[in-house]
Amino acid sequence: MQIVLSQDSTNLFKMLDAETENDLKQKTTYATSIFKTTRLINGHSIENLGKGILDVKISHRFGTLNSGGYQLFGLDAATMRMGVDYGITNWLMIGAGRSTYQKEYDAFGKIKLLRQSSGKVNMPISVSVVSSVMLKTLKNSDPTIKTYFSDNLAFAQQVLIARKFNDFISLQLMPSMIHYNIVPDHTLPNDLYSIGGGGRIRLSKRINLTGEYYYRLQGYQLPGSYDSFSLGIDIETGGHVFQFHVTNSTGMTERTFIEETNGQWSKGDIHFGFNISRVFTIVKPKDVSAAL
Amino acid sequence: MKKIVMFFSALLVVGTASINAQNLYSTHTGQIKFYASTPLENVEAVNNEVESKMLQKNGQIIFAVLIQGFHFANALMQDHFNENYMESTKYPKADFKGYITNIASVNFSKDGKYNITGEGDLTIHGVTKKINTTGFLEIAGGKVSINSVFKIDLKDFKVTGSYIGTKIAEQVQVTVDCKYD
Repeated sequence: MQIVLSQDSTNLFKMLDAETENDLKQKTTYATSIFKTTRLINGHSIENLGKGILDVKISHRFGTLNSGGYQLFGLDAATMRMGVDYGITNWLMIGAGRSTYQKEYDAFGKIKLLRQSSGKVNMPISVSVVSSVMLKTLKNSDPTIKTYFSDNLAFAQQVLIARKFNDFISLQLMPSMIHYNIVPDHTLPNDLYSIGGGGRIRLSKRINLTGEYYYRLQGYQLPGSYDSFSLGIDIETGGHVFQFHVTNSTGMTERTFIEETNGQWSKGDIHFGFNISRVFTIVKPKDVSAAL
Repeated sequence: MKKIVMFFSALLVVGTASINAQNLYSTHTGQIKFYASTPLENVEAVNNEVESKMLQKNGQIIFAVLIQGFHFANALMQDHFNENYMESTKYPKADFKGYITNIASVNFSKDGKYNITGEGDLTIHGVTKKINTTGFLEIAGGKVSINSVFKIDLKDFKVTGSYIGTKIAEQVQVTVDCKYD
C-alpha cells in the first residue's frame, strides 16, 4: 500500500494522515470530568484531585424549609463543614474537616483503582475506594455517663463505581458500610450497610443537575432515621465550583448523612445548602513546570 | 506462487528504499505549547506527545495532537479547556497538513539553522483554516528539529466561551518544537 501511494505526492498526505490516525488510536484516552468536583452532593464522587492540588471546601446546610417565615425558612440556622483536601498523587487524595453538627472531625483517603478509558485500553467504568474516619466530640447530654474516646468514633468504607455515558450523563453507584464503635441499642449491628446511587446531567456548559440517594438495607437502619436524598445544581466559574442543593440531611459526613438523616422529604424537612470549592495549585505537574 | 511472493517482496524492498530515499522524518514526542494569558489569568498548557512527520523530498509536513494531552498547571482549567472550550470528546484532535515551501533551501547534509516558511491547513475544534507561518529548521549531527511560533484567533476556529476576551486572550500564541528521529 505504502509503496504505491508513495509514488503520488498528494496521496502521500493521506498515507501520513492514516498513519498518524493509527498512532493516535494506539493511545489511551481517559474519561475526564465524570463529575465536576470530588463531592457529588454530600458524599464522594469518583473524582480525585490531581497531584499537588489543594481544595478548600466550605459547606453549609441551613435549617429546614418547613421551619416557617420566623426562621426565614431555615436560613437562620446553619451547620457548616470546613475542610481541606489534597491530591498526593493522581490516584490518591486525602482530606480532613470539621463540622459544627455534633462537633465532628473527619478525615478520609480516596484511591482510584480503575479509570474509564477508550483507545488502546478500553475500560467501561471507573472504580475508587474511600475510607473515612469520623470523631464526634459533642459532649454527652448526661454527664454521669462515662464515655471513652473510642465510643465516638465511626468509620465509613465505600466503593465508588462510575461511568460517564456521554458528555451529558454520568452515573455512580456507591455500596457503603458504616461502622459504629457504639450503636444506641444492643440489638443493632455495628456495621450498617447501604447502597448509594447518584448522577449528573449536564444542562449547559457550566451548569449541571446532580442527584444522590442512599438506600439503607433492611435491618441496618438506626431508629428515627431516613434515607438521604439530595438534588443539586453545580455551577462552575473560573476557579470555583458552587454546588447548591436541597437535601433532607443535616450532616455532611458519611456517618451523619447516610445513617443519621432525621428529616423526611414528605414532611418538608428539606435543607437548602451549598458547597463552595476553591482549588489551588501547590505543586505544578512535572511536564508543565518543565515546559512553561 | 513463489514468483508472486518474490515479486511482492522485491517491491516491498524497493518501496521501503524509496521511502528512505525521500527521507521521512518522524516523531511521537514533539512539543506544542500555547499561551493565552491575560493580566487576569495565566492560561498556558503543554503537550509533549505531538505526532509529526516530514518528507525531505517535497517538504510535506504534518502534525497531529490529542487535545486531552494538553496539560495545565491548574487541573480545573484543564477540565474547562476540554469540556467547555475545545469539546475534546467531539473533536479529539487538532492537526496541521502542509508544506515547508522553501525546503529546497535546506541543506540536510550540513549542520545549521535554516529559516523556513510553512503553509497548510490547520484544523482545530473541527474547523479547518489555511495558515502561513515561519520558523526554523535546525540540523545538528544529522538530527532534524523544527521550531515555529505563530498566533491564531480563537474565533477563527469557533472556540467560544464567556471568558474569552477577559480572562482568556482572544489571540493564542502557539509554539511548536519537534525533534525528529
